[in-house]
This record gives sequence, C-alpha cells and structure tokens, in this order.
Amino acid sequence: MKRLFPILSILTVVLLAYALYEALVVAPTDALQGDVYRIIYYHVPSAWTAFLLFFINFISSIQYLARAKPSRDRAAKWIVIGIGVLGVIATFIPAVQHLLPNGMRPSAVATTVLLIPIFYLLIGRWFPGDRLDVLAVTSAEVGVVFCTIVLVTGPLWARPVWGIWWAPGDIRLTSTLVLWLIYVSYLMLRGFSNSAQTQMLAAALAVFGALDVPLVYFSIWFFRTQHPQPVIGGGGSMDPRMLHVLLISWIAFLCFAFLVCWSRFRLELLKREVEQAHAMESLAGAGTSSKTSLPLTRSSR
Amino acid sequence: MNSVKFLFAAYIATWVIHGVYLGSVVRRFSQLRKQLKELGKEK
Repeated sequence: MKRLFPILSILTVVLLAYALYEALVVAPTDALQGDVYRIIYYHVPSAWTAFLLFFINFISSIQYLARAKPSRDRAAKWIVIGIGVLGVIATFIPAVQHLLPNGMRPSAVATTVLLIPIFYLLIGRWFPGDRLDVLAVTSAEVGVVFCTIVLVTGPLWARPVWGIWWAPGDIRLTSTLVLWLIYVSYLMLRGFSNSAQTQMLAAALAVFGALDVPLVYFSIWFFRTQHPQPVIGGGGSMDPRMLHVLLISWIAFLCFAFLVCWSRFRLELLKREVEQAHAMESLAGAGTSSKTSLPLTRSSR
Repeated sequence: MNSVKFLFAAYIATWVIHGVYLGSVVRRFSQLRKQLKELGKEK
C-alpha cells in the first residue's frame, strides 16, 4: 500500500495536468461568455466531488449510528436495500415520472437512488468498527475543502457574467453556503468537544446536514434562480467537446480527492493512536502513584 | 477580454486552497509523529 500511494500521486498529477491542458487549450470557447466560462472545469467537478464526499459522510454516519445495536444495524441494512430497490422501480412508473421536473432524466434518478444501498453495503464491509467514524470525519473535512472552492470560484465566475459577485436570496447560492456552514459546524463540534458522546452527536448532525445536499442539487429545478441548469442529468445543453473535458476534469479531481482522503484517513488513525498512547501513559502514571497495578490492554487497530 | 483575469483567479484560488489544506495535513502529520516518538522515548 505504501508503494501504491506515490504511483497514484504521479498518475493523478499527470491527469490533473492533462485536464488543465484540455480545459484551457482544447475545449472550445463559449460563444456568449468567452473564455471565462472555463471556470466550469474547476467549479462543477469541485461541486460534484463535494456532494459525493458529503454523501459518503452521510452513509458512514448512518451506519455508525445503526451499529450501536445489532438489531438496529440489521434493520437499517434492509431499509436501505428497500429504498434502493423501490426507488429504482418507482422511477420507471409513469405517474412518478410526471412528478420529476422537466428535463430530469428518470435514469439519472434511478442511478442516484441505486447508489445508496451500494455505498451503504460497500462502506459497511470496508470500514469496520471505529473506522466508520474515521471515514466520516475524513469525508466531511475534504468535502468542506471542495465546497470552499465552489463558493470561491462561483463568485469569480458570476462577477464577469452576471455583473454581481453574489445574488442575495438566490436559493442555489444560499443553500450551498448553508451546506458549507453545516459541515464547518460539524468539524468544529468534532474539534472542540471532548465528550464521550461527540462521535454520536456528530453523526446525528451529519445525517441532518446531508438533507441540505438534495436541496442544493434540486433547487435549480424547483425555484427561480440565477444559477444555470445542470449540465448532466437533464435540463441544460452542452457542447459534447465541452462535456468531454468536464468529465476528464471530474475524473482528475476524483483521483485527487481520493488521495487527499487517503492521507487524511491515515492522519486520523495516527491521531487516535497518539490519543490512546497518551491515555495509557496517564493510566500507567496513575497506577504507579497509587501503588496499584492496572491491567493495561491495547485495543487492536 | 478582461474577464480572463477572473478565470486565472479562480484556477489559482483553487490550488491555493488545496495547497493550504495539504500543508495543514502535512503539519499535523509531523506533529503527531513527533508526539508519538516522544511517547516512545518516555517508555
């Protein structure tokens, strides 16, 4: 695994450089916006990556809460599978398709719904025990970084195109800012609280916080907003050459996010190891001072 | 077109944010490794 990281890092740097070349040189210039539209190749992949990371945080937080009791864990697993199966079936029923906003493809909805049980089962298998909580904090922190980029590049794009930095009251912009604030508060809760219940409280906050993600995504369909229609999943129309570059850029950003998450995950494991070592040291100190021997066991990690 | 400066500002801002975050991860790694080494010495 230690050898794999530098190899993947080199590949990711090459991919990011290629994506940058495609974005600045190969992609055609937009007839209306000119070259400034190329911000899309950083703005949109960052938003998608942030959404994906918040989704992973949501799934791992639900599992962390569910695992407190074995019966609850089993029930949660079946509920999630049920949501996936019924959700996919429902998108093919004409009455349900009528409820979808104009331009939203049922296949896109079905794929998204299907991802819920797939992610739930995979995360549950790959991240046993406390590693679920480590994954939750990792995905939230890296997600906040990507969401920050969305909030910085958005106004830099809006200023030359809309003539304003920020559209006050716009639901897409406001809900994205609220999403960022929710996850910043989640990280602050984790950073500043030392209570034994912190992990549970953070997981509960994450579950409610994740409800803002669909609001951000669907806001452009259900509300009048300055923000343009989505380029994937229906609504907007985009030159296939531009879409191709956008997808390359997203793949590059996903690889980069994966490496950053990997590093952050290892950092969290190391942090917990140090905390455990400190706790053992203070226990040992207390044991020698009271002249009693304490049974010290190191939990397996 | 003058709007190109916004394009470069956005790209630079993106990598500055990533750089600052990666820097914080590296700094925290080195601090924790140092702490772990000190704990090992004390034992």
